[in-house]
Amino acid sequence: MSSNATTAEGEAPQFYELVPHHHAAHASTPIGFWIYLMSDCLIFASLFAIYGVLGGNFAAGPSPAHLFNLQLVAVSTTALLLSSITYGFAMLDMEEGKKTGTVVWLSITGLLGAVFLGLTLYEFYHMILEGAVPQRSAFLSAFYVLVGTHALHVTFGILWLITLLAQIGMKGLIPANKIRVQCLSMFWHFLDVIWIGVFTVVYLMGMLR
Amino acid sequence: MSASTSTDTLGHSHAHPNPHSHGAGHDHGTRRSYLIGFALSVILTAIPFWLVMGDVIADRTVTTLLIMAFGVVQIFVHMVYFLHMNTKSEGGWTMMAAIFTIIIIVIALAGSLWVMFHLNTNMMPGHVMNPADLI
Repeated sequence: MSSNATTAEGEAPQFYELVPHHHAAHASTPIGFWIYLMSDCLIFASLFAIYGVLGGNFAAGPSPAHLFNLQLVAVSTTALLLSSITYGFAMLDMEEGKKTGTVVWLSITGLLGAVFLGLTLYEFYHMILEGAVPQRSAFLSAFYVLVGTHALHVTFGILWLITLLAQIGMKGLIPANKIRVQCLSMFWHFLDVIWIGVFTVVYLMGMLR
Repeated sequence: MSASTSTDTLGHSHAHPNPHSHGAGHDHGTRRSYLIGFALSVILTAIPFWLVMGDVIADRTVTTLLIMAFGVVQIFVHMVYFLHMNTKSEGGWTMMAAIFTIIIIVIALAGSLWVMFHLNTNMMPGHVMNPADLI
C-alpha cells in the first residue's frame, strides 16, 4: 500500500491532511453557476416539450407558415451568433488584462444583444397586430412562452452586462469582476445554445409543418 | 498522459502542477479556437436556413431530420468552442452535471412527445378503444 510506503520513517500514518487546501476566493463560483445553468436548461426543456406537444394545435388560427418571417429570424440569429464571438474576444482581452478592449467588446456584445431583443419584440408586436395573440391557440401560447422566456433571459443578460460595465469602470479588472465576466460568458453562450434549439424547432421546423 | 495535464480541443496542453489549483476550472479558449467555433456555427446555421428558405429538398421529412441533425451538431460545437466544456474542468463535475441534464432532457422530451402522440391518436373523435362499447 502506498500510504505505508510514504510513512516508512517510523512516523504514525496520517489518514487526514494536516495542511488545509487553499481555495482562492470565488474558486467555486463557476461550477455553482454551471449547476444553475443546467437547472435553467431543464426549464427550457419542459418549455420545448410543451411546444413539441402543442405546436400543431392551431385551433383554426394562424399557422407558423402564415406568421413567421424567416429573413427576420436569420438576421436575429446572425446578431446572436456575432455576439457570441464578440464576447469571446472580450474574454481574451480580459485574460490579457486589457481593460479598454474588454469594455469595448462587452459593449458591442450588449448592442448585438439589444438588436436581437429589438427584433424579437418587433416580431411579437406584428404578430399581436395580426391577431396572433397568446390566447388565440395552444400553438401560440406555447410559442410565446418559449420564445418569450428566452427573450426575458437575454433582457436580464443585457442588464447584467450593463451592471458589469459599470463595475469594471469603477473597480477595473479585479479578480471578483473577472469571475463575474466569466459567469456572464457562460450565461451568454448558454442563451445562444438555447436559441439554436428555438430557431431549429420553432421557426425552421414550423415552416415545414 | 498524467492526471495533472489537461488537453484542450486544439491539442494545446496546459500543465497544472497542482490539481487543486484547478479551482477556477474552465479552460479559456484561444483566439483561434473562438474563430474556428464561429466559422463552424456560421456554416451550421446557414445550411439549415438555406434548406428551408430555398426549398431545396422536396421531401419535408428528410429536411426536418437534416435540420435537427445540424442543430444538434451546432449545440455541441458551441459547448466545446464557446463554453469550453471538456472532461477535465472542475475535476469532471461540469461534464457530469451536463450529462445528467442531457439524460433528464431526453427522458422528458421523448416521454412527453411519445405519450402525447398516443393520447392524440387514441382520443381522436370516432376512435373506439373497445369494439364491445359499440353495442
